[in-house]
Amino acid sequence: MQSEETNNIIVQPADRKKIMGIWKVAGILAVVTAIEFGFAFGMGAGATRTTIFIALTIVKAYYIVSEFMHLGHEVKSLIWSIIGPMLFVVWLIAVLIYEGGAILLVR
Amino acid sequence: MSSTATVVSSSKGGLWSGGRSPFKVSYGKLMMWFFLLSDAFTFSALLVTYGLIRYSNPAYEGSPEAFSFSQEYWPIPEKVFEAVPFLHGVSAPLVFVGIMTFILILSSVTMVLAVEAGHRMDRKAVEKWMLWTILGGIAFLGCQAWEWSHFIHGTQEGSIITGLFNGEWETITFFGANLSMNQYGPPPFAALFFFITGFHGTHVLSGVVLNFIIFYNVVVGTYDKRGHYEMVEKVGLYWHFVDLVWVFVFTFFYLI
Repeated sequence: MQSEETNNIIVQPADRKKIMGIWKVAGILAVVTAIEFGFAFGMGAGATRTTIFIALTIVKAYYIVSEFMHLGHEVKSLIWSIIGPMLFVVWLIAVLIYEGGAILLVR
Repeated sequence: MSSTATVVSSSKGGLWSGGRSPFKVSYGKLMMWFFLLSDAFTFSALLVTYGLIRYSNPAYEGSPEAFSFSQEYWPIPEKVFEAVPFLHGVSAPLVFVGIMTFILILSSVTMVLAVEAGHRMDRKAVEKWMLWTILGGIAFLGCQAWEWSHFIHGTQEGSIITGLFNGEWETITFFGANLSMNQYGPPPFAALFFFITGFHGTHVLSGVVLNFIIFYNVVVGTYDKRGHYEMVEKVGLYWHFVDLVWVFVFTFFYLI
């Protein structure tokens, strides 16, 4: 009786709206990547293009973390526990890129 | 009954006074999140190191059309990664790495669909989507193996490099790259390529292994007996993280 009960799993039907939502996010990621390719070939290298690339990367990262990893639907304290420490990395980038330029000058 | 008593006694206290989960996630998922945070620091360190070393080397100043490989300046990535399997001699900048990106994004999508099917206790659908995810991971690893092989063996022309061989300075034509010599540009460029894409590839490999273990458990019915598919969610978090890291590697190593 016990084992029969555990083997009797009730499968719920798929929610079409939810699945369409997943594919919508996938479409956004694909389109953003295609736009990045457009800029890679259609625009000369420079600070503007680099800024565009970084902005589009953050857009993609937002959709992956928020929707695919479901972080956007967790409680606020958990969201900030994960995002907050990443601010240290922003500082690390700023300071080490500056350091790299300084090394080039004394080379 | 005893568990009910715990809930009643703790409900008087605040969110952090015990007896409930302040983050409203299970222990396993929370620890996976903090592990991924630490892993994000590791990858950030690698990519920031790339930025530091790139900025401490001279940049290429001329027009992209006139670009040629040299030890004197950092190469333009799209001039390095322009080969595609079966299209020998055809210049197709970033096409292959674009295919790899789409493979990884698609396998991330199939992972979300597996998690969604797990919520509905739909074992057959979880099996199907987990299998697609594993196949996507293996396809990505195969692409990376080809790209490494091409990078190591180099182009047909090679580059003329002056180096120290057996204690004597010599000028030779060098093909491809290793950790000390590199036809594409300054040696750290190749070293960073091996470290960053290699560390990411190791993550993809361990992700495929973990996905396979969970897939096996799904097939034998472990999670049906357990009553929930949370392990699929945990391994899904890891897999999405691997995809997330690739998004950054793609931008900072290949595009900029």
